[in-house]
Amino acid sequence: MATTARRADRWAGVVSFLDSPWAAPAVVLVVLATGAALLAAWYGVSAVSAFWFGSIGSWYGFTSGTLVRAVPLILTGLGVAIAFRAGVFNIGADGQLLAGATAAAYVGLEWSAALGHASLPAALILGTAAGALWAGVAALLRARFGVLEVISTLMLNFVATDLVAFLVRGPLQEPLHIYPQSATLPSVARLPTFGPTTQLHWGLALALVLAGAVWWFLARTAAGFRLRIVGANPFAAAVTGRVRVTRVAAWAFLASGALAGLAGAIEITAVTYALYDNLSPGYGFTAIAVAVLAGLNPVGVVFAGVLFAALETGATAMQRDAGVPSVWASVVEAALILILVAGASIRARAGNRHLRDAAS
Amino acid sequence: MAVDPLVAASVRTTVPLLLAAGGELLSERAGILNIGLEGAVIAGALAATLGVGPWGLAGGYAAALCAGAAVGLLMALFVVVVRADQILTGTAATLLAFGVTGAVYRGVYGATGVALTLPTSAPFRIPVLAAIPGVGSALFDQPAVFYLAYLLIPILWWFLYRTQVGLALRAVGESPAAAGAAGIAAGPLRAAAVTVGSALGGLAGGVLVLAQAGTFAEGMSAGRGFIAIAIVVLGRWTPLGIMIGALVFGVATAMQYVVQAMGWPIRYELVLMLPYLLTLLALMFSPRGVAPAMLARSDV
Repeated sequence: MATTARRADRWAGVVSFLDSPWAAPAVVLVVLATGAALLAAWYGVSAVSAFWFGSIGSWYGFTSGTLVRAVPLILTGLGVAIAFRAGVFNIGADGQLLAGATAAAYVGLEWSAALGHASLPAALILGTAAGALWAGVAALLRARFGVLEVISTLMLNFVATDLVAFLVRGPLQEPLHIYPQSATLPSVARLPTFGPTTQLHWGLALALVLAGAVWWFLARTAAGFRLRIVGANPFAAAVTGRVRVTRVAAWAFLASGALAGLAGAIEITAVTYALYDNLSPGYGFTAIAVAVLAGLNPVGVVFAGVLFAALETGATAMQRDAGVPSVWASVVEAALILILVAGASIRARAGNRHLRDAAS
Repeated sequence: MAVDPLVAASVRTTVPLLLAAGGELLSERAGILNIGLEGAVIAGALAATLGVGPWGLAGGYAAALCAGAAVGLLMALFVVVVRADQILTGTAATLLAFGVTGAVYRGVYGATGVALTLPTSAPFRIPVLAAIPGVGSALFDQPAVFYLAYLLIPILWWFLYRTQVGLALRAVGESPAAAGAAGIAAGPLRAAAVTVGSALGGLAGGVLVLAQAGTFAEGMSAGRGFIAIAIVVLGRWTPLGIMIGALVFGVATAMQYVVQAMGWPIRYELVLMLPYLLTLLALMFSPRGVAPAMLARSDV
C-alpha cells in the first residue's frame, strides 16, 4: 500500500498538469519550438523564415494560405469531435468530404442553369446531405448490425475515392474529355471571396458560426448532454432508461458526416471550382489530429484547425522556397497526436487508480 | 508458354496483400486493430530501397522487415505499455511513417524524383509445378519471396491453432482476464503480435520495391495496409479466409490492368470498388463473435 501511495504521489504532478487547460497549448509550444530548432539546425534559418512568411508571418500567407486551408480542417475537425464525443470512431471524414464535394460539383454543373442564384445554397445543402448520407451507410451498419465503424468508414473512404475517379473520367468529365477532372463551376455556383485581392472566402465565416453552434449544442442543450453521456458511458446512459443510446450515436454519426460533406462542398464552390482525384490531401486524417488536439472541444477545434493549417501551409511554402520536404508537417502532427493520447491514457489510469485507492 | 495475363497480374497484386493481411491477422487476433500497418508498408518499401544498395537483395528484405517491426514497436509501446487508444496511435504511426519516409527519400535522392532503378529479385522456377498449364508459371516462376508468402497461410494456421503460443494469443484477443487467470502474460504477447505483424507489413513493402516496381515512390503503399484490414474482415479472421480475401482484392486490382489492356467497355474504377463493397457486405453478415472480442479496445 505504501508503494502504491508513493507511486500515486509521483504521478500526481503530471496528472494535475494534464488536467489543466494549459496542457495542450504547452505541448504544442514545446513540439513546435523543438521542430523549429531542428529545422534551423538541419536546413538553415532560411527554411524557418520561409515557413514563417508562408504561414502566419505575412498577411497574404495568413489569410489566403493558412485560413483558406483551415476551413476544411475546422469543419471536418468539428465532425470528428462530435462523433468521438458520442463514442463513434468516424475515421471516414475523407470519404464523406468527397461525397459532399461530388454532390456540390454535380449541382453546380448540372443544375445551375435552372437554379440561377439558388445554385450555391443548393450545392452547399446537397453537399452536406451527401456527406451525411455517406456517413449514414456506416451509421446504419453500426446501429443495425453492430459493425465496427472504424472498419466500415475506412472501406467507404476507398469507395468514395474510386467513385470520384470514375466520375471525373466518365459522366462528370470536362467537355474535351482530356483531363481527369470535371468542368469548372459557373460563377453563380461559386462561394464569393471577401474581396478581389484575397482568396479568403465566406466559408470561414460559415465554419466559425458552425463551431459556435456545435459548442452551444453540446454544452447547452439536452440533446447535446445525451450525446455526451452516450460517449462517456453508454451502459450508464442505457440504464437510465431515458437515452436511446444507439439512436443518439447514429445521429452524432450523421452530423459528423454532414460537417465533412459541407467541407467538401465548400472546397468545390470556393477553392477548386472543379472535382478531381486527390481533392483531399488527407483532410480526414488531419481532422482526427485537429479534434484530438482540441480535446474534442468545438472552440478548441477552431484554434487547432488554424494551427494545423498554418503548419501545412508553412511546410508547403518551405518546400517551394527552401527545398525542405513538406512532409515534415505530418511528422509534427503525428508527434502531437502521440504525446496527447499518451497523456490522456496516463490521466485516465491515474483517475482509475484514485478510485481504486478510495474504494480499498 | 503464354500465361493468362489476368492470372499473372493477380499473383503479383495478391502477394503483397497476403503478407500485409497475414500481419494484420496476427495483430487483430491479439486484439489490436493495427491502423499503423499502412505506415509499416511504406517504411518497409523505403528501407528496402535504402538497404538493397549496400547489403544486396536479402539485406533489402531484411531491412524492410526491420523497418516494419520498428513501426510495430512504436504501436506496441503506445498501445500495450502506455495503453493509449489504438485507432489514434495507429493513425499517428501511419502519418509519422509517411512523413519520415517522404523526407528521407527526398533527402537521399533529391526532390526531383529522378527515376531510381533498383535491382529486383530474379524469378526462381520450381521445376515440375511451373509446368502446370495455365497457372503454373504465373505461380511458380516467381521471386523466392513469393513462395514465402504462399507458405505464410499454412504457417499462420499451424501457429494459431496448433501451438500453445497461438492459443494464448487467441485467448488474449478474446478475454485478457481469462487469459491472465490461466497464467498468460497478455502484454508481451500483444506487443509481440503487433510487432511481428507490422514486420510482415514491412516485408510487403519490400516486395513492392524489390520484387515488383524496382523503384520507390512516395505513397507507393497506396493503402495496402488499410486493404489488409479489409481482407482480414472479409476472411473472417482466419488464415484460410484471408487467403481468399487477398485473392478477391488481388484479382480486382489486376482486372484494372486487364480492362485497360484489352479495351473492355467498363470503367476499371468501378471494378476496383467491388471488393470494398463486398467487405461491407461481409461485415453486415458477420455473426456476433466472429471478430476478436477485444478488437480496438484499450481497456485491457
